[in-house]
Amino acid sequence: MTVQIVSIIGAVIAVSMGAIFPALGESRAIVAAMDAIARQPESAPAVSRTLFVGLAMIEAIAIYCLVVALVLLFANPLVH
Amino acid sequence: MMSPLVDSVLLHLGPVPLARSILTSFGLTAILGVLAYFVQRRLTVQPGRLQALVELLVTTLQDQIGDVIPEAPQRYVPFLGTLFIYLVCANSLAAVPGLTPPTDRIETTSALALLVFASVYVYGIRAHGFLGYLKHFFSPSPLLFPIHVLSEITRTFALAMRLLGNMMSHGVVLGVVVSVAGLLVPVPLIAFGLFTGAVQAYIFTVLSTVYIAAAVAEPTANAPRTGKEGRA
Repeated sequence: MTVQIVSIIGAVIAVSMGAIFPALGESRAIVAAMDAIARQPESAPAVSRTLFVGLAMIEAIAIYCLVVALVLLFANPLVH
Repeated sequence: MMSPLVDSVLLHLGPVPLARSILTSFGLTAILGVLAYFVQRRLTVQPGRLQALVELLVTTLQDQIGDVIPEAPQRYVPFLGTLFIYLVCANSLAAVPGLTPPTDRIETTSALALLVFASVYVYGIRAHGFLGYLKHFFSPSPLLFPIHVLSEITRTFALAMRLLGNMMSHGVVLGVVVSVAGLLVPVPLIAFGLFTGAVQAYIFTVLSTVYIAAAVAEPTANAPRTGKEGRA
């Protein structure tokens, strides 16, 4: 296998792992936030803002996977 | 396939190449600036339709920012409000024929993230003084200094890459759909892209607000305040 093919496979694995696991994490966060809002609707603004910040932190992991995939595909240091 | 990280250079101004995202960004800034100038030139006590719309926008922004930064939110409205309005307009350019949003290239999003990075320091130093602000890097323990530095870098990087990833992937998905499907199939995707762009503008602004709030908060409060209780 050439470096290009290995890089493409690596990018696919990075993006798919970076899609699956942050999705699971974000779903847990959203479930907890909706539970809290259902119990205490008056706390909705504070909960949703904290939720957004937390989701951004979780999503950063997915973004790092995307960055790794983009580097492998378009800025690969091993391919000249 | 052309790399989505490379911008196409449209024209050269002497030795300086002007890329598409830069020109779009300049044009959008000029349009927004001229609009803002014409709105502020004829302010009246009895607002007309346009002035009422702008006042509604500004007060909504101020309320939203005030939920996160309770003390003196009007100090932060100019920067964060401009950021939000610019991002909403820039992301909505995805639906304008012939134009692409400048935020789908890494230069624009990096510049915006660096602006937020710098403004955190400016507001933090203005609130606590130079040494007082630097002290928070060593709290609660000097051992955490590398972690603080790492978090400053990674959150700025993630801010830029989040906006870039969302806007760029929308363009790539749209290109793939157009190449395999017919004329009207991408229309719902374009509408969804407008929604995504507005949400991403909101998230970018909220995260910037939270970062600034954490910088200007009193050192006794460890967590950034997340709003007043009991506001529906």
